[in-house]
Amino acid sequence: MRRDIFQAIADPTRRAILVLIAIQAMTPNAIAEHFDITRQSISKHLRILSECELLAKKQEGREIFYQLKIDKMKEIDAWLDQFRKMMEESFQQLDQILYTIKNTKK
Amino acid sequence: MNLLFDFTVDKSTNTIHITREFAADLDLVWDAFTKAEILDQWSAPKPWKARTKEMDFREGGRWLYAMVSPENVSHWSLVEFIRIEVKSSFSSRNSFCDENGNSINNVYSLTRNSFKAKGETTMVYVEKKFDNLAALEMMVAKGFKEGMALALGNLDEFFLTVVPTNEKK
Repeated sequence: MRRDIFQAIADPTRRAILVLIAIQAMTPNAIAEHFDITRQSISKHLRILSECELLAKKQEGREIFYQLKIDKMKEIDAWLDQFRKMMEESFQQLDQILYTIKNTKK
Repeated sequence: MNLLFDFTVDKSTNTIHITREFAADLDLVWDAFTKAEILDQWSAPKPWKARTKEMDFREGGRWLYAMVSPENVSHWSLVEFIRIEVKSSFSSRNSFCDENGNSINNVYSLTRNSFKAKGETTMVYVEKKFDNLAALEMMVAKGFKEGMALALGNLDEFFLTVVPTNEKK
C-alpha cells in the first residue's frame, strides 16, 4: 500500500523521529533511546515512514542507518509553504512581544 | 485587530516578497528588527530559540546568531549589513555559517527590510532574493532541516516526547 506524507506526520512520535533523523543519520537503536516506547513500536513507525518514502537507508557494517530523504520534501513549493508558515509564526511571536512592551511602557 | 500578512514568490527573479503589518509604532518595530535582545525573543519559530553571539548593527557590521533546537543543536546564521537608513530600511547579505561566521556552503541571499508608519500600525516589507535557483535549492535543503521542527505541526507534543528522555541520560 502506498501511503501519503500526511499520514506520516499525523503522529507525534513519527514527527519527532523525522526531526531527529533530519539532523543526522541514526540507527534504530539510537532512535529508540530518545523515546519511552518499545523497540517494536519504533520499528513500526520506521516502517510507516519508509512506506511514505521519507527514509533513506544506508548500511554500514552490520548497522543500518536511517536518514531523512529530503528529495521527497524538497520541492520548492512545499518548502516555500513551510517558510511562509515559519515567518507567520515568528511574526505572531513578535505581535505578542510588541503588545507586552507597549503595555509595560504605559 | 486584523493585521495584514502577504507572502508572494516570484520564481522568475528568485525573489520572495513578504508584507506584514504590526500593531506598534515605527520606533518600536524598528527596534524589534534591529536589536538583538528583542530579535532573540521572536525570530526563531517555536520550539527553536534564537541566540545572538554578535550584533553590530551598522553598515559593514554583522549579526551572528544561532537557531538552537530543543536538543540543543545550533544552526548558525550570519547577517551582514550592507546599507542602513535608520527607521526606513536596511539591507543585508545572509548565509548559513559556522559559529565564527564562516559560510558553510558559499550560498547567499540578499534581504531588504523596509518600514513604513501607517497611523497606529507599522508596515514591514521584506524582500529576499536568491542568486539563482540552485542557491534557492541549497537554502531549501538546509532551511528545510531548520524549519522541519516547525513544519511538522504541533510541537508542544514534540517537546513532551523528546525533552523528558533527554533529561534521563
